[in-house]
Amino acid sequence: MHIMEGFLPVSHAIGWSAASAPFVAYGLYTINKRIKEKPEQRMLLGVAAAFTFVLSALKMPSVTGSSSHPTGTALGAILFGPSAMAPIGMVVLLFQALLLAHGGLTTLGANIFSMAIVGPFAAAAIFRLAKAAKLPFGTSIFLAASLADLLTYVTTSAQLAFAFPDPIGGFAASFAKFATLFAITQIPLAISEGLLTVVVMNALARFNAPELQDLNVTTTLEVKA
Amino acid sequence: MKRYQNLLMMTAVVVLVALPLWMVKKPAPGADGKEVQIFAGADERAKNLVGVISPGYKPWFKPLMEPPGGEVSSMLFALQAALGAGFIGYWYGCSRTRAKQKQALQKEARC
Repeated sequence: MHIMEGFLPVSHAIGWSAASAPFVAYGLYTINKRIKEKPEQRMLLGVAAAFTFVLSALKMPSVTGSSSHPTGTALGAILFGPSAMAPIGMVVLLFQALLLAHGGLTTLGANIFSMAIVGPFAAAAIFRLAKAAKLPFGTSIFLAASLADLLTYVTTSAQLAFAFPDPIGGFAASFAKFATLFAITQIPLAISEGLLTVVVMNALARFNAPELQDLNVTTTLEVKA
Repeated sequence: MKRYQNLLMMTAVVVLVALPLWMVKKPAPGADGKEVQIFAGADERAKNLVGVISPGYKPWFKPLMEPPGGEVSSMLFALQAALGAGFIGYWYGCSRTRAKQKQALQKEARC
């Protein structure tokens, strides 16, 4: 989902940066507030960030003959709410943009938007829907994580199609091309991400039950409200 | 049951990663005699696709720093994964020990 450095026109680069900035700022604010109120949750926040670090570094081969990587943002989004993942995703993307020339500074805004905003918000929303539909815990986590992963790549495809519409078919034709490349490649990876997220969540449920309950209480209250 | 379930899911991930390696056959070299690279990064392919859709587009910004070779970049990717996995391992170790000690304390209290 990394749009490479310089591969978005100036106006798009500025636009996506402006769209992502408030999410990152609000995310930083919520993380600070949470750590002040509940310092015991620091460890879990670290686990969520670490999970994103690992998964976004793993480029896995896919059935289409391309390789791509999962994002790992769903775990943190389910635990701490979607906005917390925007700054965490930014750290990962900055690391890759500056040291690895993977992604870029001019495309940072667009990449944050797909991986650290759309993905986490989708994950949190799908998890709540699945919970409301009384699906089992593991299934809800799996659906949230794998669909969030997939939607991240659909967003990247839309961003690229928006910047580079096909000369004949326009946005739709271009989107179809980018989505074929990104989204189809991503399907097995999204399944992997879903499974790995469930594995980590199972471990969290076993060892950090009180913290998880604390976090879940807030979500059930929000669902009721 | 839970542990068995986790093991099953981890196996599924390994299969999902390994299956494409076996399923995708390397295509014959193209007309120009160049070897076709398989399992190239989708990000890199998207970059090339931009060139196909908008041949006139010129990237207006270059990466400030590029890893001086494939080996260095795989080292950095490994470092990124190691940092994350290291922390998760630390948390897992801490949590297990804590759970064990709690159990031992409860046992002592019962005696």
